[in-house]
Amino acid sequence: MTMPNAIGLERTDYKGSPSTLCPGCGHDSISNQIISMSYDMGLPMHRVIKLSGIGCSSKTPAYFLGRSHAFNAVHGRMPSVATGATTANNELIALAVSGDGDTGSIGFGQFKHLIRRNVPMVYIIENNGVYGLTKGQFSATSDEGQKLKYYGLNELPALDLCLEAVIGGATFVARSFSGDAKQVQTLLKAAVSHRGTAVVDIISPCVTFNNSPESNKSYPYGKEHEIPLHEYDFIPVGYVQPREEITADYSEGQTIEVEMHDGSVIRLKKLDKGHDPRNRQQAINVLEEAGRDQLFLTGLLYYEEPRPVLGDTLHLVETPLVNLPEEKLRPSKDALEKLMQGFM
Amino acid sequence: MVVDVKPNVQTRQNGQVKPIVNDFALMVATKNGSGSQTSNEVLIRSLFRMGIPVSGKNLFPSNIKGLPTWYTIRASKDGYIARRATTEIAVAMNESTAAEDIVNLPPGGVCILPQEWRWGHSREDIVYYEVPVKETVAAASVPSDFRDRIANMVYVGVCAQLFDIPLDIIRQALLDTFSGKEKPAMMNFGVVERAYNWSAENLVKADPFHFERLNLTGGKILITGNEAAALGSLFGGMTVAAWYPITPSTSVIDGVLDYRHLRRDPETGRDTVAIIQAEDELAAVGMIIGAGWAGARAMTATSGPGISLMAEFAGYAYFAEIPCVIWDITRTGPSTGLPTRTSQGDLLFIHFLSHGDTRQVVLLPASVAECFEFGWRAFDLADEIQTPVFVMSDLDLGMNIWMSEPFSYPEEGIKRGKTLSKEELEKFYAEKGEWYRYVDYDGDGVTYRTLPGTDHPRAAYFTRGTGHNEKATYSERSEDWVNNLIRLRKKFETARNLIPQPVVDYDPAKRVGIISYGSNDPAVEEARDLLAADGLQTNYLRVRALPLAQEAIDFVSQHDRVYVIENNFDGQLHQILRMEIPQDNTHMVSLALGDTLPMTAQWIHAQITRLQQPLQEKR
Repeated sequence: MTMPNAIGLERTDYKGSPSTLCPGCGHDSISNQIISMSYDMGLPMHRVIKLSGIGCSSKTPAYFLGRSHAFNAVHGRMPSVATGATTANNELIALAVSGDGDTGSIGFGQFKHLIRRNVPMVYIIENNGVYGLTKGQFSATSDEGQKLKYYGLNELPALDLCLEAVIGGATFVARSFSGDAKQVQTLLKAAVSHRGTAVVDIISPCVTFNNSPESNKSYPYGKEHEIPLHEYDFIPVGYVQPREEITADYSEGQTIEVEMHDGSVIRLKKLDKGHDPRNRQQAINVLEEAGRDQLFLTGLLYYEEPRPVLGDTLHLVETPLVNLPEEKLRPSKDALEKLMQGFM
Repeated sequence: MVVDVKPNVQTRQNGQVKPIVNDFALMVATKNGSGSQTSNEVLIRSLFRMGIPVSGKNLFPSNIKGLPTWYTIRASKDGYIARRATTEIAVAMNESTAAEDIVNLPPGGVCILPQEWRWGHSREDIVYYEVPVKETVAAASVPSDFRDRIANMVYVGVCAQLFDIPLDIIRQALLDTFSGKEKPAMMNFGVVERAYNWSAENLVKADPFHFERLNLTGGKILITGNEAAALGSLFGGMTVAAWYPITPSTSVIDGVLDYRHLRRDPETGRDTVAIIQAEDELAAVGMIIGAGWAGARAMTATSGPGISLMAEFAGYAYFAEIPCVIWDITRTGPSTGLPTRTSQGDLLFIHFLSHGDTRQVVLLPASVAECFEFGWRAFDLADEIQTPVFVMSDLDLGMNIWMSEPFSYPEEGIKRGKTLSKEELEKFYAEKGEWYRYVDYDGDGVTYRTLPGTDHPRAAYFTRGTGHNEKATYSERSEDWVNNLIRLRKKFETARNLIPQPVVDYDPAKRVGIISYGSNDPAVEEARDLLAADGLQTNYLRVRALPLAQEAIDFVSQHDRVYVIENNFDGQLHQILRMEIPQDNTHMVSLALGDTLPMTAQWIHAQITRLQQPLQEKR
């Protein structure tokens, strides 16, 4: 049992159906962190929409927030659905889950254009570097030089989705590791508070098709090579088991404060590199360096506020479009008659 | 097939030319991008202002500048507005097509061409008027960068003088065309006036063609189908439009942008409609489906290639039952095909769009007034049926200017169908003890939906393109799948009666029936008059939507002979009729043109005459 949150709900209220993914899948622990984050933040579930594309990751919205509307879209085109839904109703809190195939390949164009429009939403990529649902083909984020059982050697370079997001003009880009529950949760909280597209790329190992120690998206590799950009209490966890949620415990040491649009503040401890997430060039540099070294950096890589979101650039009324009364939707009879005069 | 067309030709009686008044067509041949569209519009507006029923057809290339373009203007005292295959007058302003343009003239025709070409007269049976175009433009005080574009005003002035269009009417039409802007209108008018005066002083009228004032356009409007669709959408309470540019649909959204001010909130100065230019049609349709799911009245406009890209999502929206509106302004395909030519070739494709067991609702406007009406009605129908509603217009209807009665205001309020608010959901639970997204509570196949944001703990449901049961949960069970398709089929039957019903002209004494749809309508009506003049009386049913109405199905069995007329190569409505009518229907004949041009009465007349001949002989 947990304590009721700010809106009087318990953690169990935020659960979904039981997962049907492979036991031990990194995606399940991310679902778990979404539940914890939503509970902690007191998210009103009726305002949350869960969106996804196609793939293992995209099945997960069924496994959290059962009281929220969900839209499991077609492959690679969740961003357009999210764009439409959030434009129709600007009070919706969009939580989207995609995978590396859904985002990095078939949906790459939509991903880039979503970012460009700064559609207000959280875009989680559960990145396992492999096509799981079709049984283990390479994805665009698979490591160069990696070997897979049926497909042999991957001779193509990997796409770095965080780098692509930063270059594409994203206003919030973070990376984490599904095993690092605390960091995932902290970053998700910041992402939900962000006004704009918040991209959270979570390396989430595939226990079935991509978990060899040579893959940089495996548990053994992840545990050894993860370099947090900002130091959190790194708690090694079992990775595969749903766990009790862990309260974020911000270090009081050397910190920078990043203020979210809603006034909330997240504090991040700086590492020696002194990464400033407000510095776009630095974000690009550290990602390129890490890519060269085949390492992944975790933490908030880039952050920019305020920048107009799509509803602003469309010059829309503040009232959600779906709530407008008929008199605002249909011009008057006089207006039509006047118009007709102009065509005579 | 060679069509026997009888244009109006010059006839001499006792050496006198018998005048031909308000019943001929004029063709202007120019180069694309030369600014001739403005001149042609001025001519059309002038005739319209003279009270003469008029129609214009733009035959343009897929090109920004340089390739040939032809514009035909037809005046008809009898009110016929269909395209005519032949024109009596050619204004030949494009040297590369002039030879062919002259050959195509009927005997007694007229050719107006630039004097400076020094072309000579290749035909003795037509009238030539040679006009000093360059000289006239040079003499007018026009800035040099405008000279090429304004040269087209020379033929406006010459035509006005030769065929009797008063100058004050031209001046007014110019002001209309330039939205009341005095300066450009008057700069153009200067050239028109100069050419008019030159013509009066130098040309000797040797042809029989005249325009005369009539009183047949009073209270009418001139508008394109795409503008009408845009206005209809705005009056239909559209809240989200997402699109990707594609000819010939682009001007639908241009229209929405032009009249967006109708939906500007006076208090805040901000818009109540979102217009998003998407990265492609895949995204455009995804956006409107996301918006429709969230409760918006959402629309996209595209053409065949865009429809192809929307196929997967169209199946999703059909199966997940999400309202949205998709305008297909058809052009000639497959592939890029002929993007600036008209066609009705998408009918079968959109009716069954997506992979497997989909039957989409399709509205088929035949006039600009119906483009407006279906513009708003499509949103009501999409919400009431909870499905994508396609509206199939075409390049001819969409991009050409049409005469119409002013549009009627939608008097019935906005309809939202079975969408449960928080209070309605509470009531629903109180009465039924449950609510599930896909349970057919009313037996009409249409179920109840909730919108995201509904503040009720049991309002949420899971939307998916994968198999699902009545409770909207994932299911791979065969019976769930089949039961769902059976209900969707029931919904399709409900749709049959909700959508616009056919327009029928039926007299049981007449044994020959014509079925058609969309922009063929003016040609069909004119052809019926031609057939009646030959002694063949016909009935006519115009299909206005799919699924087919029962009335259309009955119409087929009520006749000894039925001709299904359409502007595609495959006879697609004919195929749908055959599919829907199980009994023998060999008496139903497909007349499918699909020649990339708007339908003509002459073609229909010739075809039916040819096919009726053996039947008459048998008797």
